Amino acid sequence: MIIEIENLHKSFKLNGRKDELHVLNGITTGINKGERVSVIGPSGSGKSTFLRCINRMEEPTSGSIKFNGQDITSETCDINEIRRHIGMVFQHFYLFPNLTVRENLTLAPVQHKIYTPKEADDRAKELLSRVGLLDKIDEWPDRLSGGQKQRVAIARALAVNPDVLLFDEPTSALDPEMIGEVLEVMKELADSGMTMYLVTHEMGFAKEISDRILFIDKGVISEEGTPSDIFDNPKQPRTIEFLSKVLRR
Amino acid sequence: MITRNNNNNLQDLQKRYGMARGDIVLAVCAVILLFLLYRSGFFTAESWADFARRFEQNFIRESRYMMLVNGLKATIFMTFFSTLLGIAVGLILSVIRVAHKGGVRIPFLNWLANCYITVLRGTPVMVQLLIWNFTIFASARTLNLQYIAILAFGLNSGAYIAEIFRGGIESIDGGQMEAARSLGLSYGKSMRFVILPQAVRNVIPMLFNEFIALLKETSVAGYIGIDDLTRAGQDIQSLTMEHSQPLIMVALIYLAIVLLLSHLIKRLENWLSRSKRG
Ligand SMILES: Nc1ncnc2c1ncn2[C@@H]1O[C@H](COP(=O)(O)OP(=O)(O)OP(=O)(O)O)[C@@H](O)[C@H]1O
Ligand SMILES: [Mg+2]
Repeated sequence: MIIEIENLHKSFKLNGRKDELHVLNGITTGINKGERVSVIGPSGSGKSTFLRCINRMEEPTSGSIKFNGQDITSETCDINEIRRHIGMVFQHFYLFPNLTVRENLTLAPVQHKIYTPKEADDRAKELLSRVGLLDKIDEWPDRLSGGQKQRVAIARALAVNPDVLLFDEPTSALDPEMIGEVLEVMKELADSGMTMYLVTHEMGFAKEISDRILFIDKGVISEEGTPSDIFDNPKQPRTIEFLSKVLRR
Repeated sequence: MITRNNNNNLQDLQKRYGMARGDIVLAVCAVILLFLLYRSGFFTAESWADFARRFEQNFIRESRYMMLVNGLKATIFMTFFSTLLGIAVGLILSVIRVAHKGGVRIPFLNWLANCYITVLRGTPVMVQLLIWNFTIFASARTLNLQYIAILAFGLNSGAYIAEIFRGGIESIDGGQMEAARSLGLSYGKSMRFVILPQAVRNVIPMLFNEFIALLKETSVAGYIGIDDLTRAGQDIQSLTMEHSQPLIMVALIYLAIVLLLSHLIKRLENWLSRSKRG
């Protein structure tokens, strides 16, 4: 397993209150190299928090997260080095508006000395043509449509050659007509063997590309299985209820 | 570096509005000018001949206008370098304070930065100038007085500019920092390459405002014996025993520079928002 998570807990201290908000209540799971795992569940169940603990955007309260056998929650771990191997794609893209598309893609690899500027530039071109945006290489991010921004954001995440990519609702902020182009890029990525965690409300897409589905409810994985296990034969009442709500429309 | 939006309609519209506002400003200035001319005796019975005679005495004879020119040079020199020093100090202070909140904590530095800002904003800049001159550099009498003034005004404005930068940094969406960190960039590199460039760009107009504030603040430099623009006016006053004209001339010079800069700031703001990226 490339990522192993054991008994992960996360609680938030709330301003001006003694008690804490328990968001993750003991999650034990993992992902194999090349595996695609989708995370579904009701709003507020802790999906984003789970994902954000994996690259320590959130500090876990307790439990361990191992990346290639190394505990990334330990004091001695170089989190910047780990993060370079675990890319993240955000709902709101967060392209750097002060940099061109090209510079968005070359900044991190050059700073990490993974590539020389020249190599990083070639790699940026390669990635942009992969997401179909080579012609936008010298454009400013705010000149792009939402779908284009998200495709650039995916290319940016890929530019440091991560081993795992974390997607947190990558199409939720998009106009409906732009969702397709982003899903297409993600599908291509999945087919190329990228290891992926995907938090999504796009059930059809999750079913199509995933090897495994996690259903998170109230901070625990309440059901887990193949797409057909979860979508066609859900066992837990909460899963059945959730799916009937989101699939009914 | 910054691509322009060639939206001609928009530009025309802004130009038109800019002009309309400019006309009002001009009208108000004209009224003020007329009033000042009136106060300096321009319209009195002694007539223009008398006004012209005193004008000649105040500014032309013995090239007295050169006193104003040299004073202006000193004023602009001090203002410019004070602003630069203020920007440098402000940037450092703001990053210390923001980093402290953002998790990169050096408590002692943060405490020091807080003290600095509290003390320098909590006391009059004039008093600070006097302390620098008569206490701290009391024995360094060979030091150019203008350098002492730059130090005093620059360090003082640094405390204000720190707050400007802090506001600028905190106005940047937190997702920007997260995105940079998620790529494995350190806090410092994320600040340097992603956050600060956006923050600085947003506060450029406010830095120009700080320049204007300093231009006026430096008028107290005469108190430690610097021949700035204000002091030059007073010097002419005492040479010619003339009360109104020199100081009104000095005021008009300040006003002209401030109006010019304000106009530039307006245009800069327009240009920045038109070429807004993000
Ligand atoms: N930084 C934070 N401070 C305090 N509470 C937080 C913080 N981040 C998340 N929470 C809370 O934790 C809970 C779970 O949030 P999370 O974003 O993980 O849910 P989610 O499953 O991703 O929901 P959604 O589908 O709406 O994105 C929510 O109640 C949220 O308010
Ligand atoms: Mg979420």
